[in-house]
Amino acid sequence: MDYTIKIGGEAGQGIQTIGDALGRLLTRSGYHVFSHQDYESRVRGGHNFYQIRFANQPLAASRSTIDILVALDRESITRHEHELALNGRILYDGTRLKLKAKNPAFLAIPFEKLALQQGGDPIMANTVATGAVLGMLGIDPEIFFAFLTDTFKDKGDQVVQANRDAGQAGYQYVKEHCDKCDFAVPVGAVKQRMLIGGIESIALGALASGCKFYSAYPMTPSTGIMNYLASKSDQYGVVVEQAEDEISAINMALGASFSGVRAMTGTSGGGFALMVEGLSLAGMTETPIVIAMGQRPGPATGLPTRTEQGDLEFLLSAGHGEFPRVILAPGSPRQAFYLTSKAFDIAEKYQIPVFILFDTYLADCQWTFESFDPSQMRYRDYRLRGDDFKNLTDYRRYADTDTGISPLAVPGDAGHVVVVDSDEHDEDGHIIEDAATRIRMVEKRLLRKRPRIQSEIAPPDLYGDREARIVLTGWGSTYGVMKEVVDTLAQSTSIAMLHFSEVFPLPNLDAFDYVSFLRKAKLSLCIENNATGQFSRLLRAETGFEFTALIHRYDGRPFTLEELRGEIDGYLGKI
Amino acid sequence: MVTLEKYKGQNPAWCPGCGNFAILKAFKEAMVDLRLEPHQITLVSGIGQAAKLPHYTRCNTFNGLHGRALPVATGIRLANHAMPVIVTTGDGDCYGEGGNHLMAAIRRNINVKLFVHDNQIYGLTKGQPSPTTGTGTKAKNTPFGVISEQFNPMALAVALNCGFVARAFAADTAHLSGLMKEAVNHNGFALIDILQPCVTFNKVNTYDWYQKRVYHIEPEYNPEDRIAAFTRSLEWGDRIPIGLLYRNNRPTFEEQVPMLAAGPLVHQDFDPSRIEETLREFY
Repeated sequence: MDYTIKIGGEAGQGIQTIGDALGRLLTRSGYHVFSHQDYESRVRGGHNFYQIRFANQPLAASRSTIDILVALDRESITRHEHELALNGRILYDGTRLKLKAKNPAFLAIPFEKLALQQGGDPIMANTVATGAVLGMLGIDPEIFFAFLTDTFKDKGDQVVQANRDAGQAGYQYVKEHCDKCDFAVPVGAVKQRMLIGGIESIALGALASGCKFYSAYPMTPSTGIMNYLASKSDQYGVVVEQAEDEISAINMALGASFSGVRAMTGTSGGGFALMVEGLSLAGMTETPIVIAMGQRPGPATGLPTRTEQGDLEFLLSAGHGEFPRVILAPGSPRQAFYLTSKAFDIAEKYQIPVFILFDTYLADCQWTFESFDPSQMRYRDYRLRGDDFKNLTDYRRYADTDTGISPLAVPGDAGHVVVVDSDEHDEDGHIIEDAATRIRMVEKRLLRKRPRIQSEIAPPDLYGDREARIVLTGWGSTYGVMKEVVDTLAQSTSIAMLHFSEVFPLPNLDAFDYVSFLRKAKLSLCIENNATGQFSRLLRAETGFEFTALIHRYDGRPFTLEELRGEIDGYLGKI
Repeated sequence: MVTLEKYKGQNPAWCPGCGNFAILKAFKEAMVDLRLEPHQITLVSGIGQAAKLPHYTRCNTFNGLHGRALPVATGIRLANHAMPVIVTTGDGDCYGEGGNHLMAAIRRNINVKLFVHDNQIYGLTKGQPSPTTGTGTKAKNTPFGVISEQFNPMALAVALNCGFVARAFAADTAHLSGLMKEAVNHNGFALIDILQPCVTFNKVNTYDWYQKRVYHIEPEYNPEDRIAAFTRSLEWGDRIPIGLLYRNNRPTFEEQVPMLAAGPLVHQDFDPSRIEETLREFY
């Protein structure tokens, strides 16, 4: 059993409401769920969809074929009819769309009329539609009713009852009118699972890492981090400030970090372009900072709501001058949660900027997981506070040490002063111009820290055959789809996936020699959501390894399972 | 006990006769009079000759980027609102490169003190016009004279309902030092625009030019009258008022951030135990 539901329509029609409700209901009904969204950069109108896949086994990607299409407008039918599976169904409001059912795949349901009759308000058409889908699948209606009670309880008993009646009407309507709805949905033991998206996972990871300050300017796809942190700010004592621009956002976060709290900012390509000078400031002043960088297609404004892995090389070389940095690229919401904690830890330990590099696809997609384990989060305070440096006779912010790491003190806590400077400086933090100090500082700040930072980087995730003849390699959000492709091909082919969630610096080879592993493969494919293969170029530059072939998608959409499988099939005959 | 000696820093690399020396002296005297130890305050600056001041004294310092001192100062205050934060900057740094941040800082009413060394010229880059350079002034890169309207920081600040708006003259160091103390004691954002001759590049606005024009605002003036303040802020030319032009008692940004009610953020403990509870919302 592996079904996909797509809800299509214009922005503002309630696609997200229906999608969110179905995702959560299917999770509560005991299934594994994967959802992703596709929307335009507009508040109303246009064409948007929400796609939910559910099954009895863990899922990590979307498929191209759909089983149920909930069409809230005509365009959803014309655009997606061809994606329908053999026994698929299209649900639509026959009264509103003025469309006669052409074949048995079409099922007209008067969403609005039923909403008005049963709930008393056409606004509940979405509840009718949700009920209709659940009815087709034969999901236990009690789970649905309990969900509606939870959702509307703050609005009073009358609203709860009206929604229950509307939901029931949709559920009942398909029971009576859809004779050929033979969706088999076997339920195993219902297990408690969480359904969570990439963006909330980054925000939760920040909360669990002791982040106390977040400043940003709203920009898709990172805005959700700011919204989520703001919603939890009183509970967690986090100050969230919407800065006047991205330049201010990163400088504010650096000010907060200098003062002694864990600070973060988030943005996307264009906003990050404005932050770049501030990035160099973090590098020179050795001020810890975590930057969540959500990629979307560029250049300039590009496709503001779509997805791409187009900014890796931008991050690698952003900033003027040379300084250490770390780029972490989670492949799933789970990785996003744990890697955010690693980002805060490394940023503070080495006093450097650390990136969480994600993309719109990862930001918006939701996965089911058994649980996240907060005890695995790293939390260590590396700063000198109060008594820690009260007894020091001499405190120097940039004291030269064997490790290159100088003592990071909280200003005001002891009689010492903390001086940081964007100019080249001496150990006290004051401006210098002499060559000898410059050399010493470059070595302290960059060269001595670099190997230590690299030793913290985890090897890539190897999934599949350890002697694989075919190796799929990728980074960031292609993790899920590559993993599922490996699963579908593992029966017939010797195949594995190599996934990098920590992309810069590249991991050392001592724990796992991934370069030799790649060299042994008959066919090595690098899969990226960009046009030029930025990661494959990084790997070649750092290790000399060259992939057999590159698979790129750069239309602003993520790879679906069938699409990537199709691309790979094209290469299989050649080995 | 705090002494001027504690505030001694590197030897300044400013031109002999520069107005910055007097501002530095006024600053140190104000801090000593306020009984603030060097480790109890933070001085934030951007880029320019004024922005080097933190190196010529001694206290917690964040010397950052051109025009970006105010965002850094805002972050510092939000993380530790027990720490007095002073920004020392120039007219190019603050009114040119950092204009948007000035507007935002005044609107927030973040409790930061902004001391602008206004010499009406770019000194560090050797003589280009700044936003406060008079319209029509000829400089190296403006052989036909500055076309843009001269920027009026006082009128802008009054228009934005800035909490504390004052002007000073570097050579009147005692008056400047007194205004600095008043600014630090003011609860909210405070701007002091300090008229400061640039002896190397500004041949117009010299000590003599200012001495002939500046006058002290009379004691009976009511700084809480915004309309009067606006009128006063437009005075420029033959007579230039110095002193406190405008003051209000708007609540500060920090006072209105609920998360700061429990004390400075930097002293609040981190309790990871809530995460389990928050994660339950996703089931």
